[in-house]
Amino acid sequence: MAEKIEVKKKVLSENDRLAADIRTSLKEREIVALNFVSSPGSGKTSLLERTLEALGSELRIAMIAGDVQTENDADRLVRAGGERVKPLVTGGSCHLDARMITGVLSDMDIEDVELLIIENVGNLVCPSGFDLGEDMKVVLISTTEGDDKPLKYPAMFRRSSVMVINKVDLLGTSDFDVETVRRNALSINPDLKIFEVSCRSGFGLDAWYAWLRELVSERTPAALVES
Amino acid sequence: MHELAIAQSIFDTVIREKRARDLDAVDKVGLRIGVLSDVLPDALTFSFDVICQDSELGGCRLDIESVPLTLTCNKCGLSSTTDQVTFLCPSCGDPSVRVDGGFELDIAYIEVPDPLSTDAALQRPAPAES
Ligand SMILES: Nc1nc2c(ncn2[C@@H]2O[C@H](COP(=O)(O)OP(=O)(O)O)[C@@H](O)[C@H]2O)c(=O)[nH]1
Ligand SMILES: [Mg+2]
Ligand SMILES: [Zn+2]
Repeated sequence: MAEKIEVKKKVLSENDRLAADIRTSLKEREIVALNFVSSPGSGKTSLLERTLEALGSELRIAMIAGDVQTENDADRLVRAGGERVKPLVTGGSCHLDARMITGVLSDMDIEDVELLIIENVGNLVCPSGFDLGEDMKVVLISTTEGDDKPLKYPAMFRRSSVMVINKVDLLGTSDFDVETVRRNALSINPDLKIFEVSCRSGFGLDAWYAWLRELVSERTPAALVES
Repeated sequence: MHELAIAQSIFDTVIREKRARDLDAVDKVGLRIGVLSDVLPDALTFSFDVICQDSELGGCRLDIESVPLTLTCNKCGLSSTTDQVTFLCPSCGDPSVRVDGGFELDIAYIEVPDPLSTDAALQRPAPAES
């Protein structure tokens, strides 16, 4: 008889372990970390550009721009004023993993950084199981996509804490309905915090910036109290 | 196609187990894959076969058990199980539920061939004479 040996191990335990190390080292430095996920073209890089333009002189922001092939997104972020921007070219991989983040962070000066934003590879499936050590995932969806996307990619919407609906300047040009996407997303994850923005017109971005400021300020007092 | 990365993690883990336990061969790996894990069994099996080829796990097969979504309602307390991807309590309809199962991506077991009937055993060199 063949013998069965119980193993009971998570397949991604090695990634989880590295992600836990990243989380610990970011926490020690009081850095808030966000992992941006979406389909290609929803506007992740655009939202990061706007964020740098608006908050770059106020908050110390670092960004890691993941992409399958090029460093174009990182170049865009540098042009938008980013001073601590690193490209992360996966060379084919459809998701970022914790090992890649560890590698990038090791040659990045993040000592005084307050906010780290990681732009993941444009993909709503593959990145969902790979913890990068972030505090939360922010999922973007644009009005040029289907408003049933949360139902088609439930794992990603369930694992995200925030949903940004981008390109609201284009509402009315397609069947996309904001109420429908909200309802669908909240049926998957009732705790989602939702923003409606346009990176083109600027609509709704003030609320997004205010939320980021709050996120960062909620962090730092703890450090001040402690020391 | 993150299945390739996942297959590689499975391969690495099984190799580690095999060596740690000093096993001659592993011919089956039992996986528990939740309905929310976003893993396609066919793509995973294909990737795993490719990685195992010409390795010390050559011929090793995957036995994939699909794990349903298990929810516990925060309002009425009901625990329910479903193969659908829905986060509504089937009893009271409340959307506030805790997910207790469905995200699994676990190696449950490895299976070692019968030492008397495998090729591995037959081909094993006789112990060197001392
Ligand atoms: N109309 C409109 N276009 C946008 C908006 N945000 C981004 N875009 C455009 O959408 C395309 C993809 O944006 P990008 O930021 O590269 O998306 P990413 O792939 O998610 O990083 C670009 O051509 C942007 O100019 C928006 O709010 N409105
Ligand atoms: Mg981009
Ligand atoms: Zn209930």
